[in-house]
Amino acid sequence: MAVDSIRSAEAVRARGVSRPWRLVAGAFLAGSLLVGLGVGPVGIGAGGIVESALSHVPLLHVHSPLSSLEEAVLWQIRAPRVVLAALVGGMLAIAGSTYQGVFRNSLADPYLLGVAAGAGLGATLAITYGHVGRTGALLPLAAFVGGLAAVAAAYVLGRSAGAARAAGSFVLAGLTVTLFLTAIQTFVQQQHTNTLRDVYSWLLGGFSTATWGQVAVAAPYVAVSSTAIVLHRRMLDVLSVGDEEAASLGVNVARLRLLLVVAATAGTAAAVAMSGLIAFVGIIVPHTIRLLVSTSYRAVVPLSLVVGAGFLVLADVLARTVVSPAELPIGVVTAFFGAPFFAVVLRTSRSAR
Amino acid sequence: MLRRSLIALAALAAALVAASPGDTAPSAAAFPVTIHAANGAVVIKARPARIVSLSPTGTEDLFAVGAGLQVIAVDNDSDYPKDAPHSTLSGYTPNVEAIAGYNPDLVVVSNDIDGVVEELQKLGVTVLLEPAADTVAQAYDEIRQLGSATGHAPQAATVVHGMEVSLTKILRSVPKSNRHLSVYAELDPTYYSATSSTFIGRILKLFGFRNIADAADTTHSGYPQLSAEYIVTSNPDIVVLADTVCCGQSAKTVAARPGWGGISAVKHGRVIGVNDSVASRWGPRIVDFARAIAAAARKK
Repeated sequence: MAVDSIRSAEAVRARGVSRPWRLVAGAFLAGSLLVGLGVGPVGIGAGGIVESALSHVPLLHVHSPLSSLEEAVLWQIRAPRVVLAALVGGMLAIAGSTYQGVFRNSLADPYLLGVAAGAGLGATLAITYGHVGRTGALLPLAAFVGGLAAVAAAYVLGRSAGAARAAGSFVLAGLTVTLFLTAIQTFVQQQHTNTLRDVYSWLLGGFSTATWGQVAVAAPYVAVSSTAIVLHRRMLDVLSVGDEEAASLGVNVARLRLLLVVAATAGTAAAVAMSGLIAFVGIIVPHTIRLLVSTSYRAVVPLSLVVGAGFLVLADVLARTVVSPAELPIGVVTAFFGAPFFAVVLRTSRSAR
Repeated sequence: MLRRSLIALAALAAALVAASPGDTAPSAAAFPVTIHAANGAVVIKARPARIVSLSPTGTEDLFAVGAGLQVIAVDNDSDYPKDAPHSTLSGYTPNVEAIAGYNPDLVVVSNDIDGVVEELQKLGVTVLLEPAADTVAQAYDEIRQLGSATGHAPQAATVVHGMEVSLTKILRSVPKSNRHLSVYAELDPTYYSATSSTFIGRILKLFGFRNIADAADTTHSGYPQLSAEYIVTSNPDIVVLADTVCCGQSAKTVAARPGWGGISAVKHGRVIGVNDSVASRWGPRIVDFARAIAAAARKK
């Protein structure tokens, strides 16, 4: 306990993002996006991509050297995929960091309050009873609504358990809701085995069918949610010292918590609705930043957004190249390559102290 | 002359009468019979009259060979033929007690899930395991086995012969110049596909088509998930959609996919929607499947 409060006080004093780290994070995202756009089962040279990009800029009169097929592959299949992966990755990471701060729980991830289970149930019901299919337009809506409803239920349950133990009771409420909804989902799935593959393929998550339409739907949620969270990053530092301490500093803890949870949840639900369940990003990215840069949320929150975006773009590159031209589920990639990386970060940062 | 014709007619009539009694009064001499199914040599002592089928393909086979009247219950996924005695039994999560409750004298399964075969045998129920066929020959074998097991061996032979003749005719209907076409067989809208080593892939292979999923199947699963980029640049001449029922895919939705409008199959109208279950079963309806493929493959 003593160590915790010392750490928290340290976090409050710690500075925001230093300039070199800002550059590193920015370069990482830019590099990831370029790799994402440049790598795929179809080889398109970097020069061709640049010229093709310029040819879309009006008044420049650059002619694209690519065939119409390559143009279609690059801008209609690959580009939306890269952008969607960036949006989802950034959103999951920043939401993860927010949940960790709001609930003062380093194991919290964006799915803590049941958004994944709710979205999963929504998607399962839509596929099974709505016959919307794996890429139907109603599927994301069902997942989004399910995710929000689950978190709302967990929030109400957690609040009713008493404000004194607030942070802890929310975690338990989230667990309760998750287990309950998962039970329903498993039951529905087991009763309708003919839709098993569709449900399973949605749960695994991925960007193989990303379109600009999906990007357009997800982008506003990610923009609004992440802006709201970034604006409150200092408040997360205040919250990290404890509910009572934060209240004594003049913070309306309950209201702040609600605002941050709503922001993180709406963004996460939109991300999950577009891409299915992608584990790991929401935990590993914020913690890597804590270990490498700073424990202050002034650093963790904005860097999570940027690094999370780059991380998921790179993970998706691996998903579509490792067994190219076949695909791997992205959740496999994030955990398989993310876990060893995180283990290394954990070890080196320990020994450095 | 007339007399000769009459005699010939009479002989023909007699032959017909002789050939048909399988339906009404099967000879008792056919039993006991030993069937070499996937679960070993199974002895069937008498003509089964209370058959439970937990395999949608098994159900189609049984009805095709004329054993439909002996079937008392089929599983919840058996949706063909329509007049099969549907039940809530499941082939995926089989409940031995529920199956035994029907007091069956023969149970047909395609998967030995949770050791259901042994469990049923312990209760003294005869079980035939007829797993997913890898080849057309294996599919024929299963039809013959189910025919012999139910006292309809001659009809089963007729069914198989009819399928062979039809398939040959269908294959020949596609001109040689179109036999080299490339094909993409889609199982779901996230681009899971079937290679030439799968059953559906082998039927496509019979035509001589080049399957674009073959090169992608690095793990030899038979069902790799392809990337959209790869499919579009492979520019398949034929697209077979086995996700029309589950996922509402059609020639229209394929043409509307970003980047897909320019592929050969879309341009030449060779995007074929087939019923998901026809494409995933290995029963008599593979002929319908082949016919649909041929109709599209004949297009210039």
